Order: sequence, then C-alpha cells, then structure tokens
Amino acid sequence: MEIESMYREIILDHYRNPHNKGLREPFDAEVHHVNPLCGDEVTLRVAVKDAGGEPAVADVSFDALGCSISQASASVMTEAVTGKTVREAMEISAAFLGLMQSRGNAEPDEDLLGDAVAFEGVSKYPARVKCALLGWMAWKDATARALEGQVGDGTGQQVADTREQT
Amino acid sequence: MTAPSHVSTPQAAVPLDLEAVRADFPILGRAVRGGNPLIYLDSGATSQKPRQVLDAERDFYTMHNSAAHRGAHLLGEEATDAYEGARQRVAAFIGADPGEVVFTKSATEALNLVAYAMSNAATAGPEAARFAVGPGDEVLVTEMEHHANLVPWQQLCQRTGATLRWFGVTPDGRLDLSRADELITGRTKVVAVTHQSNVTGAVPPVAEIAAMAHARGALVVADGAQSVPHRPVDVGTLGADFLAFSSHKMLGPSGIGVLWGRRELLEAMPPFITGGSMIEVVRMEGSTFLPPPERFEAGVPPAAQAVGLSAACDYLDALGMQNVAAHEEALTAHALDALGAIDGVRILGPLTTEDRGGAVSFTVADVHPHDVGQILDELGIAVRADHHCAWPLHRAFGIQATTRATFYVYNTHDEVEALAEAVRQAQRFFGAA
Repeated sequence: MEIESMYREIILDHYRNPHNKGLREPFDAEVHHVNPLCGDEVTLRVAVKDAGGEPAVADVSFDALGCSISQASASVMTEAVTGKTVREAMEISAAFLGLMQSRGNAEPDEDLLGDAVAFEGVSKYPARVKCALLGWMAWKDATARALEGQVGDGTGQQVADTREQT
Repeated sequence: MTAPSHVSTPQAAVPLDLEAVRADFPILGRAVRGGNPLIYLDSGATSQKPRQVLDAERDFYTMHNSAAHRGAHLLGEEATDAYEGARQRVAAFIGADPGEVVFTKSATEALNLVAYAMSNAATAGPEAARFAVGPGDEVLVTEMEHHANLVPWQQLCQRTGATLRWFGVTPDGRLDLSRADELITGRTKVVAVTHQSNVTGAVPPVAEIAAMAHARGALVVADGAQSVPHRPVDVGTLGADFLAFSSHKMLGPSGIGVLWGRRELLEAMPPFITGGSMIEVVRMEGSTFLPPPERFEAGVPPAAQAVGLSAACDYLDALGMQNVAAHEEALTAHALDALGAIDGVRILGPLTTEDRGGAVSFTVADVHPHDVGQILDELGIAVRADHHCAWPLHRAFGIQATTRATFYVYNTHDEVEALAEAVRQAQRFFGAA
C-alpha cells in the first residue's frame, strides 16, 4: 500500500513505544495544546539549562492523547531537541515545519532532522500535517515561555493552558 | 429539469433502483487513492449531487442568471420566478406554506438567525417582546447537539444574561428526558434540540418535547440538518416552531439553507442580517422592514442555489422519502451488525434502528480514529474521523473522537461489507487484532 510511505516502521515503533512520555520534574514551562479539528491534545514540559552562556534544552517530557502520527511525532521530537542548544533545536523545528509543508516535494536534511525525516510521507496528506506538528508546536511554545521565565530554575512556574489557533 | 425516470411512488416502501440512482451521480464513477473506486460514506458531512441538480444550476446560470427581486428586465423576472418557485418547492417538500420558508446561507445560519433575532428582540418594540430573553430566563439545549445548535445558544446567553441549561444523554446515546419536568419550566424561553443526532443517529421525540415546552410557553427550535435529507418530515406534525436544514446535505448545492418558522412567529420576529432586499422604507434616520420571509433575506438572493435545491427536492420526492428512509434503515441495520461483530469495535448510540437514523459512529480499540480513517481512505472509503462538531457528546461518552460512516440513497450493502472489512484491515495494520 502507498500508505506505508506515511506509516513508516520507525513511526509505528515510536507510536507503540513512545520516548519521554510521562510528565517529569524538574521543568521550567508546561503547555497544553489541542488540535481543534479532532480534539487530540498534548501536555508538554520543557526544562532549559545554560550551556556556555547559551540556553539549551535540558529535558522534554509529554503526555498526549492522539493518533499514531501525533504520538510518534512528539516522541521523535523529544529525541531530536533534547541536549541541543535552543538555537539548534529551533533550526531543527523550522526544518521539520518546512518538511511538513512540502506536500512531499522536499529534500529533507537527514543530518539535521534525524529520525524526523521519516515523517516525509505525512506531508503528502495535508489533513495529517497538524497531527505531526502538534508536539513540535507545543515544544516551541513551552520553550519560548521557559526562556521568558527564569532559565533553568526548575520550578515550573511558567504553566500555560494554550490552544493551537491555526 | 426532469425527474429521474426510475421513480417509484412516494407512499410505497419500494426498494431503490440503485444502479439507476448511482448512474445519476457522476462522482461515484471516479477512482480515488490507489485506483480504488470511491466508496462515499460521508454524506452526513455533505452529500454528493446528482446530474439533475447540477444541470438545474447550470441551466439557471446559462439561461436565466440575474439578480432576483431586482432588475427592470426579462432575466430579472425569470430569476425572481425561479427563486420564488424554489421556495414553493421546498415548502411542499416539508408540508409548509411558502411564506414560512426563509432561505439562509446554511442550517448554521438559520439557527443563528433565531438566536440573534431573540437578542435583537430586546430593542425591537412590543411586538417582539415574546422573543426577548434576559437574566432569570433559561435557554434549554441538549448534550447531543451539533456545535451549530449549541454555540449560538451559548452566545445568546452570554449576550443577554440568560442561563443555559441542557438535557444529558443516556449511556446508549439517547436523550435523557428523566429530568424534563425539572428542566422545562416557566423560566424556559426556548428549547433547541436536534431532530436526529449527527453522531449516534438517535432521533429524540421532538413532538413530545415540544408539547412540554409549549405548555410552559417556550419556543422550540429543531435542527433538521440530519433528518430532512433522510426521512419524510412534515412541519405540520413536527411539533417545533422552527426547523433548520441545509441544502448540501440533501443532494442540493452548498451555499443555501432553510429556516422554516411558524408564520405568526416570523411576523413578530426582528431581523438578524440587515441590508438590501429586506427593507420597506429606508431614511437616513432609520428604516422599516418587509414582512417575512423577505425580512430575513438581506442581500441578492442565492437564486441558482435555490434552483439546485428545488431540483434536489424533485429528485428525492421522485425516489420517495419513505423509500429513502427504508433504504437507509436497511444499510444502518447491516452496518450495526457487521461492525458490531468485530472484536474491539464499540458503536456509539442505539444498537438497533428503532428511532435511529443512519449515522454509525464507532471506536476501534487501540487504533485512533484518524488512523482508522487513513486506512479506509487508502482503500477508497471516505468517512469522517473526529468529534463531528459534537465535542460535548464525545466528552459525555468519555472519548475524544470517533470514526463515522453515514449513508444515503446511493450507498449499497456491498459498501457496508467493504467498510467492515476495511476496519479489520486497520486493526491488522496497527497490530490491534
């Protein structure tokens, strides 16, 4: 089936055994995002740290209700950004957004995206792109909120309940 | 336009000639993903259109197009006749008087029309007083409403200070009327209820609810978006004071809907959308308005869409609404059996066709509805997979989303079998069976 270009084995693996699922402490910001089309939701926490004068992603954990694509994408995202500087992680996030908007016509940078290139097939199904982006957008929002607050104090004082508006 | 030749009389429960019906719907001949033939099970969202409807709309644009109720020319007269003829046709379809049929943009707009007229009533003079709501008044809805018959009433309460109350649902997806005496009181100004759930197919007893509401002086608004396309509906026995429905769900074009209302109510009701076509006299200081239905039809009328809707009424009446209902009941019974026999499938709502229409929503254990929908799509089967604009109902069932199959005049028993087989395939694909 053509559909196997979307449901790549690596995606199904992450769906069945998601990484970093289950909310953890310490964290600097927590957000709650909802896909208003289908009601899928994700709660996500980010902890940031200082890495030689530059903010970096110390930890990402999430809890979510959703389809295989949204679950697997959130799992892959946590692996892709953790340990990177925020600047590097935002580059990866931007590259993933570009891939998702490509309608299957991108030449993804595998070195930058890692396992996230497996989602290339999803970009051919516009109705599923929001699923794939749910976790990434939550991470971006949480990280921005963490940086607005006191970086790396781990108190989780930046808790937001926001809804994806797009 | 001509009615289909493969017709049966409206009264007899005669099987539809499916081959002939399907031949009227060009889209059913196209291939979709993977070269599979289209199996369209999403008519609850929007129906496909027969060539008779497409031809009628095209004929209007080709030969008669102009602005109805304007224009000092022949085409203007023809457009006006076509538009008003469509009003008569739609009125006949639901057993109404043409003067009680208001054309709107959609069923959603029709429901908003009533809700906004009620808040406008506060400043519309003594005639409109019976529509006015305020603090202490109550607006009663149900937990099974489509967002289109819920959010406008929430907003009405927000604008006026009235209180929103609602009927809950029973575990089998029917309206829980056990607290009716408590909920329908002298404070209740309006009861808004679906005439058929777009998720569970449940058909609430609208006439019974209306009798209770009328005894307390409340108005009753029925959402007929899922009933009028699928079974005979006669406003004479409906019980409700208003009925909203959409053209695009009943083989007609999109862009036009209908609000039926009792004449004496429409006559006393202030307008919602204002502008051209709905005025009597306009001065800089203020304006007066035409009687209904024109009072509620500001702007150049959607004549081509009305003509298409009229052709859809012709098409459905030629098939016979009793026959349409019987066909869908058989498909629904088949689907309830075939899906119900699959381990891990949970069907929302009634498990028999008693007081139940043809929306079959279900969950598949360990496979998200999006993923079920994706596998079905790959096999050429079009369904909806989300909360179907009825989020509170899904919440009441403790689930996020469902996969929904809906049936219409062109669907076959083979398609129901294909649906059940595809659900099994989705289970195998995701390792859930």
